[in-house]
Amino acid sequence: MSTKTEQLIASTAVSTDYLLDAEIAEIEHERTLYPDTRAVGLEALKIVQKHRGWVSDESLLAVAEYLGLPAAELEGVATFFNLIYRRPVGRNVILYCKSVSCWIMGCDQVKEKISGELGIDYGETSADGEFTLIPVPCLGDCDRAPVMMVGPDLHRNLDRKNLGEIFANYRDRQD
Amino acid sequence: MPVQALSTMTDKAKVEISIDGVTYEVNAGSNLLQECLSLGLDLPYFCWHPCMGSVGACRQCAVKQYRDEEDSAGIMTMACMTPVQPGARISIEDQQAKAFRAGVIESLMISHPHDCPVCEEGGECHLQDMTLMSGHNYRRYDKKKVTHRNQYLGPFINHEMNRCITCYRCVRFYNEYAGGEDLSAQAAHHFTYFGRHREGTLESEFSGNLVEVCPTGVFTDKVFSENYTRKWDLQTAPSICAGCGVGCNIAPGERYGELRRVVNRYHSELNGYFICDRGRFGTGYVNDAERLKTPLDGADKELDAAAAQRQLCEIAGSDGGTIGIGSPRAGNEANFALRKLVGEENFHAGYSDAEHACMQLIAEAASDPRFHNPSIREIEQADAVLVLGEDVTNTAPRVALALRQSVHNKALELADGANIPRWQDAAVRELAQQERSPLSIFACGATRLDDVASDRVIDTPSALARNAFELAHRIDSDAPSGGGGVDALARIADQLLAARRPLIVAGASGGDIDLIKAAVNVAGALRKRRGNGGASPVDLCLLTAEVNSMGLHLMTRPENSLGAALRKLSSGEAANVIVLENDLYRRAPHAGVDAALAAAGQTAALDLLPNRTTAKADLVLPVTAFSEQQTSYVNYEGRAQLAYQVHRSHSAARPAWQWTGGFEHFRRALLDCADSIPAFAKLGDVLPDTSNLPNGIKVPRQSERYSGRTAMKANLNVHEPKQTQDPESALAFSMEGVPPRRDATILASSWAPQWNSNQSISKFQDEINGPLRQGHGGTLLLEKRSESGEYHPLPAKVDGAGLELLPALQIFGSEELSSRSEAIRARMTGAYVAISPADAQRHGLQQGQGVTLSGAGGVTATALTCIRTQMSAGAVALYVGDAEIDFHGLFHGLGARVELAPAEAPEGRGLGELIVSDLARGRDYV
Amino acid sequence: MVSNPLTRNIDFSRQPLELAAYEATGGYHGLHAIARGLDPADVLEQVKESGLKGRGGAGFPTGLKWSFVPMGEKAPKQKYFVVNADEMEPGTFKDRLLMEGDPHLLIDGMLIASYAIQASKAYIFLRGEYTDSERILRKALAEAYESGYLGRNILDTGFDLDIILHTSAGRYICGEETALLNALEGKRANPRAKPPFPQVSGLWGKPTIVNNVETICNLPGILAWGIDWYRSLTKGNDHGTKLFGISGKARTPGCWELPLGTPIRELLEVYGGGMRDGLQLKGFLPGGGSTDFMLPEHLDLNLDYDDIAGAGSRLATGTLILLDDKTCPVGMIGNLMTFFSHESCGYCTPCRDGLPWVDEIFREFERGNGTYEDLAILEEHVDYMGPGKTFCALAPGATAPLGSGLRYFREDFERHIKEQRCPYRH
Ligand SMILES: Cc1cc2nc3c(=O)[nH]c(=O)nc-3n(C[C@H](O)[C@H](O)[C@H](O)COP(=O)(O)O)c2cc1C
Ligand code: SF4
Ligand code: FES
Repeated sequence: MSTKTEQLIASTAVSTDYLLDAEIAEIEHERTLYPDTRAVGLEALKIVQKHRGWVSDESLLAVAEYLGLPAAELEGVATFFNLIYRRPVGRNVILYCKSVSCWIMGCDQVKEKISGELGIDYGETSADGEFTLIPVPCLGDCDRAPVMMVGPDLHRNLDRKNLGEIFANYRDRQD
Repeated sequence: MPVQALSTMTDKAKVEISIDGVTYEVNAGSNLLQECLSLGLDLPYFCWHPCMGSVGACRQCAVKQYRDEEDSAGIMTMACMTPVQPGARISIEDQQAKAFRAGVIESLMISHPHDCPVCEEGGECHLQDMTLMSGHNYRRYDKKKVTHRNQYLGPFINHEMNRCITCYRCVRFYNEYAGGEDLSAQAAHHFTYFGRHREGTLESEFSGNLVEVCPTGVFTDKVFSENYTRKWDLQTAPSICAGCGVGCNIAPGERYGELRRVVNRYHSELNGYFICDRGRFGTGYVNDAERLKTPLDGADKELDAAAAQRQLCEIAGSDGGTIGIGSPRAGNEANFALRKLVGEENFHAGYSDAEHACMQLIAEAASDPRFHNPSIREIEQADAVLVLGEDVTNTAPRVALALRQSVHNKALELADGANIPRWQDAAVRELAQQERSPLSIFACGATRLDDVASDRVIDTPSALARNAFELAHRIDSDAPSGGGGVDALARIADQLLAARRPLIVAGASGGDIDLIKAAVNVAGALRKRRGNGGASPVDLCLLTAEVNSMGLHLMTRPENSLGAALRKLSSGEAANVIVLENDLYRRAPHAGVDAALAAAGQTAALDLLPNRTTAKADLVLPVTAFSEQQTSYVNYEGRAQLAYQVHRSHSAARPAWQWTGGFEHFRRALLDCADSIPAFAKLGDVLPDTSNLPNGIKVPRQSERYSGRTAMKANLNVHEPKQTQDPESALAFSMEGVPPRRDATILASSWAPQWNSNQSISKFQDEINGPLRQGHGGTLLLEKRSESGEYHPLPAKVDGAGLELLPALQIFGSEELSSRSEAIRARMTGAYVAISPADAQRHGLQQGQGVTLSGAGGVTATALTCIRTQMSAGAVALYVGDAEIDFHGLFHGLGARVELAPAEAPEGRGLGELIVSDLARGRDYV
Repeated sequence: MVSNPLTRNIDFSRQPLELAAYEATGGYHGLHAIARGLDPADVLEQVKESGLKGRGGAGFPTGLKWSFVPMGEKAPKQKYFVVNADEMEPGTFKDRLLMEGDPHLLIDGMLIASYAIQASKAYIFLRGEYTDSERILRKALAEAYESGYLGRNILDTGFDLDIILHTSAGRYICGEETALLNALEGKRANPRAKPPFPQVSGLWGKPTIVNNVETICNLPGILAWGIDWYRSLTKGNDHGTKLFGISGKARTPGCWELPLGTPIRELLEVYGGGMRDGLQLKGFLPGGGSTDFMLPEHLDLNLDYDDIAGAGSRLATGTLILLDDKTCPVGMIGNLMTFFSHESCGYCTPCRDGLPWVDEIFREFERGNGTYEDLAILEEHVDYMGPGKTFCALAPGATAPLGSGLRYFREDFERHIKEQRCPYRH
């Protein structure tokens, strides 16, 4: 067999057991909610991300393969949206609001403090793999600015003092 | 009301509108941009495409629109998104509109690299044109540019994303128009990126059109880039693609004696704006170092032209008779000259016997008043299609692209119902979602149109034929039944009967005569059953395999098959043979060819590249390639078209009609053919009308800006060499003459003031997407006879042991000459046998493993195993490519069967370049 | 009579009302009226009569929008109703309050709206970051299914409705209703051309209505207490109540339900508690990041669509963002430009390539490198990205604070140029 043939066969051979049973079950549930597979594609990316933290090339290919969607199209969708991560993230994603109300209320100063504390700037993951800091548009809690989310949790009225405690809680969390 | 393509407006009514105070008549139902361009006005645009409609993304086509005479403020509107309203008042010249359009260019140029000097698009760049036209000139942006990483996209296409202006044309063409799946828009805002999911060859057979669809230099012709010349330094002439039987119009360009590139040449009835990648990238063989340059004798000794000519005459004139074998890849004049030389009774077809039989049926159907053989434009208008056996994407790719458009007619129909203009491209697609006009495919395996197929019947060739006969019977019970039949037949029959413009497609490439008969029956049944007694002919598209299969057929007697020629030689009935542009080993069982050539006294071969036949010839005459000569070809519709000479051959090669016919001038050869053979009576019509060219003045092949003449050899001297004369055509190898503007009859590369890119074509159309001002090229040769044909009887069932064999054809590799071009070779695979997982398992075959096929009479061949999940069990398809396989020894006729056995894999190309949707992976067959 | 129909059940010191409790306060009245034979045309008529205008930003009359949906025999069978819960407009925080405070109110409203256009499937397009809203809505939806208020043949009416909660993968443009449809279909969320409007060809090509959360939350009240009641709620020209909010440096920022037509000053001073000590109001955006600045002199205008429009701005989402005299207006607008430039979908040229340039210029101002030429380029861009020139309303939205800011705070821009630094930074 020529190497090219082998390469071809290897490149098309996405492992069928890549997707977890739980993921497949959730994807199949989404299928019942949308009349078109493309819609399920985006949902499936979210599902994979929920289970694995981010969407790797392999994950994207596996979803494309599983649903019979073109990988390029799925890539176009995955890279369009802010909340699909195409690079690995830390255990906790910090969505840090830097929109106008939070800005007025001093989010830039608080962010400096976070960066100092965790040693990361926007787009980076802390050395211990715990936190990734991602800027996000207005989180819709402007009367209690500045705000951020850590994982699924919203934290309001941030100031330079209450940060340490918040992060410690996540560090200690077992899951 | 007939279904019309996007290009043809539903409503041809005219309305009056006023543009900058001048009243014009325009097409109702159209949009302002299209109408402005049809009127010849200069209005910049990017995202709009004549064939793909409007999406309103680039905002470049802004104009002012006024409510009425009183309104002096007006509103800014995008012309491409604004329907033409009777009495509309618009202004292109309005200062605010102009300023806005300049602003759009300024925006687009923010991150543009300004690398025009090294850009392959330079000088024919729509972005350059629009930049100048809009009046933006001074760069104010002094911040950082956005930059992108480029991708490797395979041997055809270069990627330079930094030049992108985000007009979305590439993905709209590639995905929505051509059905490609491996290119997409990615990321967002000003980081928007157009590329593949990851690096790799662009899979679509139409990827080359990106070069022309992209308004700047993001996607460029890689082959051309490696040997780049500006557009105006190419010597260009109108030509015809010799890649398949469709005969797309192309404009090849030459520089320094080399054919540098091929681009599309607009033809309103045929290729429109697009050609396939075989046509665009498959002409490298013209420049091949191995080209035959001088006449050779049997010992490969060089001969001078006179001696060679003498020897050829001796062969032709010797006692015992001389057979001439014509060529479907040679033009009419070459075939005619040979026929004239050896006599009609001795002139034989140069394609396989299976194809020969198919051609008889195709020609018969072509003259049958029940049917109409549709042009590409007409194919696009079909609203229900049945494809029988022909793997169109690989045999007549441009037709496949048209079939893909046909399924969009359902969407257009829905759009009409919802009052959405047909040119509102995205809106029409969103409305229709997955709704498509029916397209049913009968095939032995997966095809590249499956993604838009409504029904697929996959079976062995013999079972397909029975099903197709049965389908005809379901439509009209007088048609012979095929017995049984799959469930889908009822649905397909209903769809075809309900359609306004149904279309049946089959072809000769697969040598499957039964499916052609079935196609005739289905079309005949439809004709009979359709409303008002079938008043109008039914579209029956029977595809011919090569550029001049039809021309060759029209000058060959039905009994003069290639097999007959070989038998005559072997039996001594004829003494000598002259083979025109043909490798007989690709056409007939090797044993038969060997025997015939051994028995022949003298063999003369005329060709442009050495092959197995020229190797055995006693006299080899070098002939010119398609771009080095003038000739006419007849396509699948029976449309004769003229291909002009683009450049001179600098070797001793001559057009074959000069060698064999002794014609001094092309015109004589062509007119003699027209006079001698009734089927060619109208051939003279392809010659240009030169009455509007002042006496002796010609149309230049070189542009006004052509730099060369004195500069090309300036290191030696600047003496201006005498121009090569072209006594053969209305074109000159020069920059002097009457440029092919407005009413010239010959248009190779279009150019108009301010319009240097291919989009200048709108200046030459009578309206957007309409015929060129001088009418469309070519002339339909075939006449209808008065009486209709009859139903073909059901072929007898042939049983036997082993697997049914059929050819597998590939766009890159199955055509002889293009497969000798470097770029195409980079995309070719080794010879393989496509087989179903079940049969593979039964024969102990693994993916990519070697396999030996044995046919009747002890013929064997070895190829790679290619297990495909969609392949019908009981059948195998053999792809030969450039392997020296005795295909016709195995496929001695329809119903041929082979036995398989595992073998050592042959060396050479693997299957790596194979692009199919159903390649089996481990789990599919283990 | 009820005077705060949107928030009457909201009390964040406890869990939101469960279905039974919600119903006990008069909830699902519309559904029961439907069960008693109210037909879709009646519902439409009542909504039209109520004068309800969309609360998503554009203020388009809701009943009128619905009336474009093809009805009757010949109309497509499948229709969709979509709730726009993407709330991503900077400085806007009202839909979250409704969904997290009283989820059944939204479901109640969705039943009414879906019934009116005879949609059997409805989607809630919820901002992905609204994890609490998601949890709360899922619970409420489960209750509604359990009680037979959703699903097949609801209360024997023959009417079916499924509500599917869709969480967005995040992008401001998804709030634009046609981009939202593309996002729901799993595509890149570029907006679509209008016409055709979603009412005719929307989700998966079918007739579709998209309404804002708050808009929908008005419906249960209208059906329960009638048009006269609804019209009586207002203090001004537009009917009903609306959520109004304040963010920025007020003493007590927050979000309140008030009658339309409430004076802006009342909102700021009575509800927002006025400016924080030592700060003066310099200007404010009346309805989120894509509205024009207004000035202290406008405080006596009323919170009405027309009044605000008269001052050259838009009521839009009704959530005020305050600019105080110690906060740099150039910095504030720059912040918005960064947002808009990043959230441009990348489809049309002026927005995709114009906003980043604008954004870059603001960064230069911040660094002290701004020039008069830059100022001129900014001004050009206000016109260049104005209404009608871009494919959707995102860019024109961005030009609102930009254009008005350049007009009102020109002095601040010039000080940046002259002093070669941000004069507000110490
Ligand atoms: C860029 C952009 C973002 C928008 N974001 C939202 C949004 O987050 N929520 C919303 O309800 N409407 C948003 N809209 C308005 C919607 O397009 C649409 O007008 C609204 O959902 C209609 O609902 P309504 O008639 O109930 O107001 C946005 C519009 C634009 C142009
Ligand atoms: S204005 Fe244009 S680029 Fe901006 S969000 Fe709308 S469509 Fe996208
Ligand atoms: S050509 Fe009209 S917007 Fe692009």
